[in-house]
Parts: sequence; C-alpha cells; structure tokens
Amino acid sequence: MPNMSLKKNEMPAQAPDVRNKNFKEVALGYTAETAVDEAKRCLNCKHKPCVGGCPVKIHIPDFIAKVAEGKFEEAYQIIQKSSSLPAVCGRVCPQETQCEQKCVRGVKGEPVAIGRLERFVADWHNEHSCDLPVKAQPNGHKVAVVGSGPAGLTCAGDLAKRGYDVTVFEALHLAGGVLVYGIPEFRLPKAIVQKEIDNLNALGVKVETNMVIGKVLSVDELMDEFAFEAVFIGSGAGLPRFMNIPGENLKDVYSANEFLTRVNLMKAYKEDARTPIAHAKKVAVVGGGNVAMDAARCAKRLGAEEVTIVYRRSEAELPARREEVEHAKEEGISFKLLTNPVRILEGENGFVGGMECVEMELGEPDASGRRSPVVKENSEFTMDVDCVIMAIGTSPNPLIKSTTKGLETQRWGGIIADENGQTSREGVFAGGDAVTGAATVILAMGAGKTAAEAIDEYIKNKK
Amino acid sequence: MYKIIRKKELNPTVTLMEVEAPFVARKAEPGQFIILRVDEEGERIPLTIADYNREKGTITIIFQIVGGTTERLNRLGEGDCIQDFVGPLGTASHVEGLKKVAVIGGGVGCAIAYPVAKKLHELGAVVHSIVGFRNRDLVILEKEFRSVSDVYKMMTDDGSYGEKGLVTDALKALIESGEQYDEVIAIGPVVMMKFVSLLTKQYDIKTVVSMNPIMIDGTGMCGGCRLTVGGKTKFACVDGPDFDGHEVDFDEMMKRATVYKEFELHEREKACNLFSKEVK
Repeated sequence: MPNMSLKKNEMPAQAPDVRNKNFKEVALGYTAETAVDEAKRCLNCKHKPCVGGCPVKIHIPDFIAKVAEGKFEEAYQIIQKSSSLPAVCGRVCPQETQCEQKCVRGVKGEPVAIGRLERFVADWHNEHSCDLPVKAQPNGHKVAVVGSGPAGLTCAGDLAKRGYDVTVFEALHLAGGVLVYGIPEFRLPKAIVQKEIDNLNALGVKVETNMVIGKVLSVDELMDEFAFEAVFIGSGAGLPRFMNIPGENLKDVYSANEFLTRVNLMKAYKEDARTPIAHAKKVAVVGGGNVAMDAARCAKRLGAEEVTIVYRRSEAELPARREEVEHAKEEGISFKLLTNPVRILEGENGFVGGMECVEMELGEPDASGRRSPVVKENSEFTMDVDCVIMAIGTSPNPLIKSTTKGLETQRWGGIIADENGQTSREGVFAGGDAVTGAATVILAMGAGKTAAEAIDEYIKNKK
Repeated sequence: MYKIIRKKELNPTVTLMEVEAPFVARKAEPGQFIILRVDEEGERIPLTIADYNREKGTITIIFQIVGGTTERLNRLGEGDCIQDFVGPLGTASHVEGLKKVAVIGGGVGCAIAYPVAKKLHELGAVVHSIVGFRNRDLVILEKEFRSVSDVYKMMTDDGSYGEKGLVTDALKALIESGEQYDEVIAIGPVVMMKFVSLLTKQYDIKTVVSMNPIMIDGTGMCGGCRLTVGGKTKFACVDGPDFDGHEVDFDEMMKRATVYKEFELHEREKACNLFSKEVK
C-alpha cells in the first residue's frame, strides 16, 4: 500500500539557536521507521524519470523498493553499484535540481525524499554492516588519480571495481578534497568522509597523501617512470580569487578557502586546536554561493555576534542552494544584498577596522540574460566589521598545467577535455572542477565516473 | 610517517634534523621549502630546505624554537617520526649565470642562505658572505658557510664575536670599498631584509629576499601567505618565496606576521607546560 502523503517525512534537525553554537551535524537523519514510511511514497514508475536526473544514474526506484521492505543492506548494494560516496551525496547533492526535480510525486505535492533515503541507507550500512566490499579480480593495469576530491575518489572507486590497480595522489595530509577542507563538519561530518574513503581502501584503492603532483612528481613521471598506463586529473579549482581592493591584505581578511581550511581541515574551532583562527565579533562574508554560506555559518559558530553576507546582486540571484540560504537565515546570519565592497579600512594594529561599500542596482539584462549590477551614485557607506571573508569564487590551480607538456587549457585555466574526460594528452583524462571551474560535488562525481569508463575503454583498446 | 635519522642542536635555540623523505629529496633545490605537521593534532608549518641528499633520500631542516609547534618538534629525537612532511614547495632560487654575489644571512636565516651560497659556489660564482647574529652563542654553520665563501664576514650585535654591528654595516663597507655585485641575496628576519634592500637600492644593486609569511597549505589554495610585490598581490608559497627586495612591501608583511601573536604565546606556554609536566 503506497503512502500517498503529499509531503516528505520531515528530517529531524538541531534547533537553529542550539546548532549555531556547535559544529555537530545540523540534520539528524531518518529513523528506520520514517525511512520505510517515506520509501512507500515511491510509485516505482516504469519510466523512472528520477534516474535521468541523477548524474551517476543510481537505480533509484530499485533501492527505494528495498528500503520499503526494510532490506537496508540490499538497498545499499544497489546504490553502491552506481555511487562510490552515497553518505556524502545524500547530504550535499542539490537534489531539488536533480533526481527529486524529476520525481513524478513532485508534480502534485513534494517529491520523494530520495537524498534523505540515500543518506539513511548509507549511514545504516556504515553503522551495521561489517562485510568488507568484495575486491575485483585484478586485471594487471595501473592507473593514477591526481586529487582525492569527489571526482578523483569516484573515478578511483569505479576503476577499482573493474579490477584496476589504482593509486590516488593527494597534496594535503588528508584525503577528501573539498569534502574535508571546504564543506563544514555540521553539513558533512568528517568521520563519514573517512568511512567512505575506508570503503574505497577496502576495494583496493591506495591513497598517497602529501604528494603534490606537479612538484613532487610530474604527470610525465607518473606515466614514464612509475608505469601508470593512464592518469586522471581531478585536482579541482582551489585557487582563490580576491577583489583587488585596498585593504585586502589587512589582518583578519581571509579567502574563504583559508578560513574554511583552518576551521574544517585543521579543526581550528576546537578548544585545544593548534591552528589559530580569528574569533571576530562582526564578520562580513563577501559572495553569495554555498561557500559564502558555509563560511558565514562557521564564523557564527566561532562566536561572532553579527555575521553578514554581502552580495552585489539581489536575493533571487544568490547562487547558493535555497536550503543553505534558509539555514543561514535561521541561524541568525544577516544579508546585505545589492551591496559591493570598495575598500577595507584599517583599524588598530593593522587589523580590519571596517568596510566601505557601495549600493548596487540591477541594470538591463545583458547578452546572457543576466542583469548585471551597477553602482548607485553617492551611495557609499561604511560597515562596522572586524573580519572579512572573501568568498567570490576560485579557479583551477595552474600547477599541473604548467608542469605537464602538451596539456591544453582554457584561458581561465580549466583543462580542456571532451565529454569522456579525454584531454589533449594521450592517456591523460580529467574531470570535475579542474575542467569546469567551481561546480558541485555530484557533477564532479559524474565526471569521475564517465572518465573511469573512458579509461577502461582506452586501456582495453590499447593493445 | 617521516623518520628523523639525525638530530643536532646547533645552538640553545636552533636545531638541525635530517629527515627521511625520498620523494622530497629527489627534486629539492635551494630556496624551496617543505611543510610539516609534527603529529595528528599538529598545525602545518613551513620550513626552508637547508640541505638535501638525493642518494640517501634525506632532507635537512634547521629550525629555531619559537613557539608551540617548534617546541614539540624539538622534543622528537633520532628514530622518531614526523607525521607529515610535504615538498619540495615554492620556486627554487635563480642562481644560474651569476658571477659575483653577496649572500647575507641573519640568525637562523643562515640555514637557508647557506645552501644558496653553496650552490653558487658550486656553479663557480664568487661568493661574499655576510652573516649576523645577536651574540656569539647563537652562531650556526660557520664552518660550512666559510667553506663556500670567498669572503666571510661575521657580525654580532654585541661584538662578542666577529665585528660589532649589523650586516648592513658590513655590506655597505664592502660596496664602498669598490666591490661590485651582480646581485645581493638576503635571508633572515624581515626587518633585516628590509634594511638590506633599502641600502642596495641606493647603489642600484639587484636584491633578492626570501619571504617567510604565515602559510597553511603551501600549494596556492588559500592565499594566507599573500604579500604585495611591485603593487601586486603574490602568493609566497607558489610565486616565491624569493622576491625582488626593491619591490616587496615589507611593512605590510611585518604587520601580517603578527596576526596570531596572542594565540602563539599561549600555545608556546601550553607546549612548555606540557613538557615540564612530563619530566616530573
């Protein structure tokens, strides 16, 4: 008997005024009971539109049917065939524009809570199952993956499942890329990321940390000297942008990357942390994407009295997920929209003493249909802030490009790759933010998956 | 994990460690640096590569005990392991083609200036070295430095060893006596590099300094180490650490370096207390 409720089962969560003082996970997840109940809302459509909305094509109605029967491990096995990081994706995918957007139940009422169910199944598996994944029969071929973010990990997982001997090279001391240094603990607990990486290790994937490819070893050396037959580059887009306005080098002006790396990777929020961070009172976060929301919510949790998002367009144009904007508002983050900083003012001892801004208005739509912001005349005003975090975007790090001969890139630094991830160099594939510029976790995973297939084809056809 | 195979105290506050890190040793060049984490809870700190041995696969670091992390690092002994050790990072010093160079080292900066002087000497350049310390007890690498220098000037603030005075006094005297340098390379405290640069600017001698801002990742992903060079923002970890001394905004750099001063004092106290407890 299907559950015909028009609404999703609610996800229990920490109350806003409690959670904005701790770094524990905000959303608490379904219980077995609410998961089974939610799963019964799925109509198991014949044409499965939801699968088409998933970048890694999880067999959604099949796994949900297993959840409805209470067979959670079987549900996990179905997801695991298509996705290497379900506990991560169930949490951070923008399902509203992917699988859930295509759900038939969403036409009249709310779609099935596919993301929440995926999360439930993955968490259930990680908690209850002690079965190690079955390693594939080795096929004798070696592949190197550069970068251990979502693209690299997915590519590595898929290749390992096909029998490849895969080594992932990571520049930092911990694997996970943006999953460990960027997305905060309260959205994605690091223990969950580690568990997913342990699952990959069990599949035979080796992870070498502290290996900055382009410095320690070049892509050419990986192929010529270390006999990797193919290389996947998933090095992301980690180079922060600054506004190049006066005062940007004052003390307590951060790039969001630096602020989030200190908080998340180095755990600077902990009382006994050895890595310092500003505990400012009045923080401005410049930008309107998910990274800006993450930085603002972290600043609040570090004890800031006022945290303000400063964005040059209006609310409708905020690039962050709706849900993140709502969460930020609930937690007491203010929004100063149609506002742009022009100068950061110096306070005492070279610290930030304020920020001079101008008001903006939206002009006529440009060629791309976007209304670009224009400065309002004589609208200068000063914000009283003691810390500024710049979250205005990132671009691909030029290190790999500058050390790999014959690897073609776009003018803005993105690696040029075809729809299968093939670059201008034979045997070298790329995907994720390194190719597209800053995008989403799931798109990076989709690119990793596609490239794994292409690498498999390439190596099979080589002889 | 990266094993410490040799440890030597160079003076009461400066320690040398030779660390097994074959992948770093393969490519290390003078002027580059590593980032290390002492243990699982540790912060990431940058240290310049003082020497390397490609055959043995080792990297030598020389550090001054200035805070919590260096205090903890100094507690490790031969046979112990450092949690993380990544490099070589940054751009190597450009030393090719130089015929006559003045290399200036200040304090523990001599540990970084020495491999540069050594490389220049190997390439056949004439090397005039000027080193400065606060007093006799703090002198390091004298023998090593002398062996690669055509002229070696030792300066101490209190005159307890060598000549009394600053490195800039010695450099000025050499230039005034008619010595002509293709380049001056200055490595040491920021304030020393600033005054060397101000001096050489008067004589229009190209001057390279090695900057040591706060770093986190050391791979160009955060901008924590940014500084202004010739009016433009640069990341010391990828664009440097060597920069044209006549272009660097030293005052801004000195201010930025003090951002976590209070936290650091507290951390050092914590580390010292921790160890004094252990001893009991």
